[in-house]
Parts: sequence; C-alpha cells; structure tokens
Amino acid sequence: MVQFSELLHSQFLWYALAAGLLVALVSGPLGCFAVWRRMAYFGDTLAHSALLGVTLGFVLQIMPTLAVGATCCALAVLLVYLQRRQKLSVDTLLGILSHSMLALGIVTVSLFKIKVDLLSLLLGDLLAVSGRDLVLMLAAAALIAALLYFLWEKLLAFTLHEELAAVEGVPVEKTRLALMLMLALLIAIAMKVVGVLLITALLIIPAAAARKLANTPERMAVLASTIGCIAVLLGLLASILWDTPAGPSIVLAAGMIFLACQFRTA
Amino acid sequence: MPQRLQIDASMPMSIKRFLLLGQPGLSTDAAQAALQRVGASQLSDANLAELSGGEMQRVLLARAASRKPQLLVLDEPTQGVDVGGQSEVYQLIAALRDELGCGVLLVSHDLHLVMAATDKVLCINQHICCEGHPEQVSRDPAYLELFGDKVAPYTHQHNHAHSLSGDVVDEHGCNHSGHHSHNHSNNHPDKQDERK
Repeated sequence: MVQFSELLHSQFLWYALAAGLLVALVSGPLGCFAVWRRMAYFGDTLAHSALLGVTLGFVLQIMPTLAVGATCCALAVLLVYLQRRQKLSVDTLLGILSHSMLALGIVTVSLFKIKVDLLSLLLGDLLAVSGRDLVLMLAAAALIAALLYFLWEKLLAFTLHEELAAVEGVPVEKTRLALMLMLALLIAIAMKVVGVLLITALLIIPAAAARKLANTPERMAVLASTIGCIAVLLGLLASILWDTPAGPSIVLAAGMIFLACQFRTA
Repeated sequence: MPQRLQIDASMPMSIKRFLLLGQPGLSTDAAQAALQRVGASQLSDANLAELSGGEMQRVLLARAASRKPQLLVLDEPTQGVDVGGQSEVYQLIAALRDELGCGVLLVSHDLHLVMAATDKVLCINQHICCEGHPEQVSRDPAYLELFGDKVAPYTHQHNHAHSLSGDVVDEHGCNHSGHHSHNHSNNHPDKQDERK
C-alpha cells in the first residue's frame, strides 16, 4: 500500500492531476460537438497523426506537444480542404488519411532511427507530465476555452443545420475550421494524458454520459466536463491504489460513469 | 426554411432555445408569441429531435417569422406532413404573409394545393418550362376559402417535352389538367411559386 501522505507531497502527482483536469474540462464541450456532429472517427484520425508529430518534433528538435499540435492542425486544415473538394464520403477520406498518417509516422520513426516509447505514446504518460508540459497545456486549453466561449452560438447553429446557419449569416466554413483546429489542439494536449489510442474515448464518453442528464446544450457541455473531471480523479486514484496505468484507468472510470448514467430512466 | 431538419437525438435542444439561437435580440416572450402564432406554443419545452414532420414545419415557420423577413423562402414546406396538415401549413403561410407583409418564394412538387394560392408560377425542369399566373379562379377569394378541403384543378400547357435525360426533345404539347400526366418522364417538375 502506498503512503498517501507521502504521495500528497510529490510534485508529479499534482502535475498529473492538473493536466488531467485541464484536458477533461475542455474535452467536455468539444466532446459534445464530436457527439452531435458524429465526429468520433475524426478525433481518431487526428490522433493517428500524433506519431508523425512526435517524430517531426524529434527531427526538428522541438517539444513533442508542440510538434503534435502543429501536425494535427495541419491535418485538420487538409481535411477541411479535401472535404470540400472530394466526391468521397467523409469516413472514406478519414480512413485514408488516418492510416496513411500512421504509416508515415512509423516509416519516419524507422528512417530516422528514433527511439520512441510507443507504449507511453499509445496509452499516455500522465505521471510524467512536466512543468513545461503543463504550461503548454494551460495555454492550449485557455485558447480552446476562449474560442468555445466566443463562438458558442455560431457553433451550435452550424451543428444544428449548416444551410440554415449559412442563411442566417454564420460563416460556416470558418466555423468548421475553428472546430477542427480546437479538436486538433485538444488532441495534442490529451495525448500526454490518455495516449493516442484512448483520446477518442475521453472525447466521446463523458459527452455521451452527460446526454441522459442534460436538457440544454450548455448543461450537457458542463456536465460532460464534470464527468470527465470525476473520471480523471477516479482514474488517478485507481492508478495510485492498484498501480494501474493512469490513462486507461481514467477511460475505464469514464466508461463506468457512462454505464451508471444509462440506468437513469429518461 | 429548409425542406427538413434532421436533428441528431444526442443534441438536447428545446424549441424555445432553437428559436432564440443566433437571434440574441429576440426576447423569450417574442419567441413564445411566434410559437403561439403557428399553433405550437405547447411545444416550447419539447426537444427539437422529437418533433413530428408537421410540428417541425410549424416550428421552422415560427423561427423564420420571428425574424421579420422581407422574403420567406420555403423549400417544400409540407414535406413529411399528412394531407390534412398540409392545407393547414399552407393557410398558415398565407396568413403569415399577410401579417408580415413579406414575399413568399416557395418550391413545391405539390401541383394542386399550391396552385390555388399563388400569384406567379415558374414550372422548372432544368429550365423554365412555363411561367405566369395560375388560372384566374385560383385567385378568387371565394375559391381561397374553399382551399383546404378541395383540390385545385388547374390547366397549363407546354409546347415541348423532355427526354429521360431532361433535354427538350420536340414541340408536342403536354398538358396536365386535373390528373398528373406529364411528359417530364422521370424528372419531377419543380414548381416555384411566388406570392406577393
């Protein structure tokens, strides 16, 4: 059994907690949009490009979080562009990009002979969050929160019906781009928390769980954030008590909250 | 007003909130009044994703009307509405037009019901096949009163026909009087009607 009092004085735990809560807070409302717009696979695609981002960061000697953020943003822009030009359906497009990016990432890793800790990339490395990481995450989360706040009505109208929104003067393409860039940023900072494999879960599960309890979009967003935060707390606790990996524990906690919410009769 | 609004059930959005969305100047009371006007006030707390076709059309009309438009653009406003409800929707559109003093541009495949109350008709299949006033009778107020329980028989003549691909093929006249015989083969003729 780990000594709690001892743990409470350890910096890495507080950093981990702060990072987890930060990501859970912004992924709540963004996750709602992912659920409403059926963008689960989109998050997955961006996450798949993370390995490429990490490699690029190594080659160009910049921080991995920054490099992943830039890669995800570039991919998001590319997706918006392709969506407008291609006759292919979105899921086909996402499938192509997602796996091409993953393959490109793996190939560059071997080309540059980089030693990547694949497991921590895939499953997250919450307990290794550094102060510098935290500052970067705080900046990204603040940017996302500000964008969400100022674009909220536009994002809602755009999500409800794109043509109607366009008629009523919402700049649809800019709004779409903003939403995708926010998701790209979130994925870059969530990678450290739950890892590439589980990012979509952190995005989707709290929002889906909140649906049963909410009757307005705003309440659903706030509830999703709350549920995400509870999942982070429970996951971290489990990780300390039973020495389980933090990222998967958080996702598991979120999954159990979702399950519990389903028993509430609507 | 779009043909239909497909809302993902995962979005919790009340009708009242939907009316206020993107319209910060509108008061809750004004939104409620707009709903009242279209006979949907009892829906104000209902979830947008759970509306029936007719309810949705009324709510969309209320939303459009609450913006005090100069021109109402309606794309098949009776999609997914049963026959009885269709004439109610049309009557509502006519009443709103009078109250708002706005023009109405309406796209419809519904030849009979719409022809009864329009000022100008554009029959479109890839190009404008014909245009002009519907028959005099359709603007007769006495006739308008009947509108709703009777189908409007109307006649208009074409001086050409369309092939399967929609190209104009010959100069044989086609007419659709009363029944739906029409040489536009597999392409449905779109009717665009303008009211003032």
